Amino acid sequence: MATRATVRKTYKLYIGGAFPRSESGYSYVVNDAKGKFMANASLASRKDARDAVVAARKAFPGWAARTAYNRAQIVYRIAEVMEDRRPQFVDAVQQSEGRTAAQANKVVDDAIDRLVWYAGWADKITQVVGGANPVAGPFFNLSSPEPTGVVAVMAPQESSLLGLISVVAPAIVVGNTVVVTSSYERPLPAVTFAEVLATSDVPGGVVNILTGTAATTGPWLAGHMDVNAIDLTGVAGDAELATSLEQAAAENLKRVRRAPATEPDWSQDPGIDRMTGVLETKTVWHPIGS
Amino acid sequence: MAKQKVSTGSTTGKGGSTTVFEYAPAPESRSIVDISPSYGLFINGEFVDGAGTSFKTVNPATEEVLSEVAEASATDVDTAVKAARRAHSRVWSRMPGKERAKYLYRIARIMQERGRELAVLESIDNGKPIKESRDVDVPIAAAYFFYYAGWADKLEYSGYGTQSLGVAAQVIPWNFPLLMLSWKIAPALAAGNTVVLKPAETTPLTALLFAEICQQADLPPGVVNIITGAGETGRSLVEHDDVDKVAFTGSTDVGRAIARSVAGTNKKVTLELGGKAANIVFDDAPMDQAIEGIVNGIFFNQGHVCCAGSRLLVQESVADEVLERLKRRMSTLRVGDPLDKNTDVGAINSAEQLARIKELSAIGEEEGAGRWSPACDLPSNGFWFPPTLFTGVTQAHRIAREEIFGPVLSVLTFRTPSEAVEKANNTPYGLSAGVWTDKGSRILSMANQLRAGVVWANTFNKFDPTSPFGGYKESGYGREGGRHGLEAYLKGTH
Repeated sequence: MATRATVRKTYKLYIGGAFPRSESGYSYVVNDAKGKFMANASLASRKDARDAVVAARKAFPGWAARTAYNRAQIVYRIAEVMEDRRPQFVDAVQQSEGRTAAQANKVVDDAIDRLVWYAGWADKITQVVGGANPVAGPFFNLSSPEPTGVVAVMAPQESSLLGLISVVAPAIVVGNTVVVTSSYERPLPAVTFAEVLATSDVPGGVVNILTGTAATTGPWLAGHMDVNAIDLTGVAGDAELATSLEQAAAENLKRVRRAPATEPDWSQDPGIDRMTGVLETKTVWHPIGS
Repeated sequence: MAKQKVSTGSTTGKGGSTTVFEYAPAPESRSIVDISPSYGLFINGEFVDGAGTSFKTVNPATEEVLSEVAEASATDVDTAVKAARRAHSRVWSRMPGKERAKYLYRIARIMQERGRELAVLESIDNGKPIKESRDVDVPIAAAYFFYYAGWADKLEYSGYGTQSLGVAAQVIPWNFPLLMLSWKIAPALAAGNTVVLKPAETTPLTALLFAEICQQADLPPGVVNIITGAGETGRSLVEHDDVDKVAFTGSTDVGRAIARSVAGTNKKVTLELGGKAANIVFDDAPMDQAIEGIVNGIFFNQGHVCCAGSRLLVQESVADEVLERLKRRMSTLRVGDPLDKNTDVGAINSAEQLARIKELSAIGEEEGAGRWSPACDLPSNGFWFPPTLFTGVTQAHRIAREEIFGPVLSVLTFRTPSEAVEKANNTPYGLSAGVWTDKGSRILSMANQLRAGVVWANTFNKFDPTSPFGGYKESGYGREGGRHGLEAYLKGTH
């Protein structure tokens, strides 16, 4: 009896809510942790990076204008849909990161819980970091956080799912849009995550996912004049690249989250600085009088 | 009775007749709700028979008996408090916040999923128009759970510590049954407390449906306990030795009694009580919006709103215009079947409340104020009162001082901003206030001077889970909503 051949998935980029191949036509081989072939992933080019920035910029005004409650529900919805596709993520993490089933389960649990944690921040961060300012005069004076705009993210290289979600969720939940370059060697969980985003009421362009090397996309994103902030977490340990990206980012004074020496332990409590790093504070004055 | 239907001058405006257009009835179907002929108490995750008697809950729009509901005795109260205590010490307070959050998110989602059912049931049991229960009560109630779910795993950022108090005794009123339940239960559970909640005796049904939602959400038994009953049940609950927290929304008189009864204990207390809000209209107000705001302020939910804008303070120079336009607008309000989607003003919640509204309105006339209602046909069964306003009201009149809690507006005038402030603050209450003017600096100046917990400017009766709500003075103490709402349910950082 003939065994059934499986239908394999084509792993593509995720830009503006669509799944294009790289415009360059390049792809690269992705092996599992044991070195066995898994897929040919799209190799994002500088043109793909630019297209992704355009999509992110286009999505920004609408996303930032959503109510915080609405953004909270949408990020929570991502968690709901991920939970539904849990086994697929466990497999993806297990293969990509070479973990045991138990470890992979824990990673996926943490990833979903992290989305839930961040979802709740959408309508709370304002009261935690904003507030009324008691200026010495007859003025109403109120400071509130606002999203900075388009955020380029170099996703962690090792933690392909939990790390990815830990850098993307804080940026979008507070109203930014994101262009993220996934882990180079472990890109497949990111593509599967894109499929979840596409079915979770997240508007197209809010998250754009590129697979490929930080060395290729990084300089174009860091130097892009329509990107407002860049997170260099994914170039951890490559001080030379990190420094050059930070220098490129200086041109239009991007908010930079520097690369750590080594990749952080993503299972730890993340704190709120990944949100505050991509927020601006707006202070409004208004006279008080008859 | 006929007197209420008399119209005096509603058609004298330049616009001519103010006929209410005929509409075909558009009733919402009742078939979505399944009301049981009798209900027990929800204790430790199950419905149980109470040890006490029972009482009937009626549809105030028809006087039809809807169901027979258990009246919790002191023994039942004790059983419920014990269940809550056990659930607190063994399960809920030990559960990581991120896990508690998930239960609250589930509840929020189920409330959204069963939103239409909750809305119809609320309108049947309470008498409020379906468009209010559908568009206001139920979605905001679900939003409260969604919002506080997100606090359960972030308490260290609240500024009020992370330790729960224990068992919360919660007593809520009949004007927003499900919404008040969510204001009480959501923050309590998020902070790690367990609750025993008593809904009002005239509106127990959505709370009992909520109990079923807790079951669907697999909420651990005893975390939420719903006990039905009247004043005596409420007293047993708040006076129970083993409750750590009392949260009450209702009348100032009962609030005072609770404040007395907890004296000498360590129970933490929050009280959300009556109001007699001033809705202040300046001569430069955006007039169309102001008229809508006045109508919304006092006729929303039949005026059964503690923060209702029941005293209209209008600047003398525009008083005639405002009154004329207000009367014209009132003449278009549709009073009737709460389940009709066109209805603006529904039924008064109970015979008792109707009697109170009638009594205070009669006193208003006796004291010399001018009474006016638009012509409106009221249904023959059920409890009804037409939208009513009184002109020529002085600050000494009882209708300017006492909370009527019905669709009755007292109109006063003022000349200067400082006179408006003086009159607005001339009340023992301090829950809310409204300001209508195009001048931003005046809004803020008025807001600074008004002794009220919520000030709405060029809007009224807005509620949001992120926004703290509560009163000054005899309108109670403590805030519900927002980060501030967590203070009532946490031990603090001392």
